[in-house]
Amino acid sequence: MTQCYALGTLTVCLDGEIDHHAVRDIREQVDISINRHKPSKVIFDFENVTFMDSSGIGLIMGRYKTLSRYGGIIEIVRMPPYIEKVMKLSGVSKIVKGLDRAKAADKGEQDRKEQ
Amino acid sequence: MKSINKMKMTIPAVSANEGLARLCVSAFASQLDPRIDEIADIRTAVSEAVTNCIIHAYKGRGGLIYIESLLYPDRITVKIKDKGCGIDDIDKAMEPLFTTGGDDRSGLGFSVMQSFMDSVKVKSGPSEGTTVSMTKILRRADEGNPDER
Ligand SMILES: Nc1ncnc2c1ncn2[C@@H]1O[C@H](COP(=O)(O)OP(=O)(O)OP(=O)(O)O)[C@@H](O)[C@H]1O
Ligand SMILES: [Mg+2]
Repeated sequence: MTQCYALGTLTVCLDGEIDHHAVRDIREQVDISINRHKPSKVIFDFENVTFMDSSGIGLIMGRYKTLSRYGGIIEIVRMPPYIEKVMKLSGVSKIVKGLDRAKAADKGEQDRKEQ
Repeated sequence: MKSINKMKMTIPAVSANEGLARLCVSAFASQLDPRIDEIADIRTAVSEAVTNCIIHAYKGRGGLIYIESLLYPDRITVKIKDKGCGIDDIDKAMEPLFTTGGDDRSGLGFSVMQSFMDSVKVKSGPSEGTTVSMTKILRRADEGNPDER
């Protein structure tokens, strides 16, 4: 996992398998960055994620709670289709931005650059 | 129907074994030549059940997880059992978003199992632990194999 912070946005590039085992480390590191920078937006980039279960949903919902306390938002980009299935079930798409555009990114449209 | 293969494994309830459990069951399932999305569903459901044993049944203090899987020509069954604390109210535990796990859990594990598998049965009691029995029917059988068309 890599993180980078610039201009109020924290971008978290996740990789590998996001399960309960992996989430512990990810959560710890992301929370350090969130506390330090108080980003107005956190982007989770799923391009290199190969697996995710409900532990990943917990990760996103938990960060959503933290951010919404001060008006921050969460965006998800480049979600592979097999992970989207878990996301859809969770209703997370109602609270985060970007799930539709993640599909566009799959088709090769670099829509993130347009912003 | 008689099973065509059988697999059993017993692993300690530590989080490093979550990946191991789903890898073993999906490797076993691959003998039925399932579709990629079916394998992904099985992996995810196994991950949910095994994680529940580690977090809830044994509360992170360890114990053993017993996994048993059977292959039939058109389906796979997976039984995941613990000897942990058990579930008082199974119906309530299976409701979407219900969790006793606090802020980091979404309460969606059982919902994932139910929507990714064709059947999920839970047997549990305070002193006997919990057994989750799941079945996935592989559609390949009724949709036909593209190679054979
Ligand atoms: N093997 C088990 N032993 C004891 N209690 C269990 C077991 N599995 C599930 N439970 C109980 O059922 C509840 C719901 O489980 P479920 O997997 O749906 O959600 P969760 O584990 O709390 O959250 P998530 O799976 O989204 O991380 C748990 O919070 C727990 O109280
Ligand atoms: Mg769970």
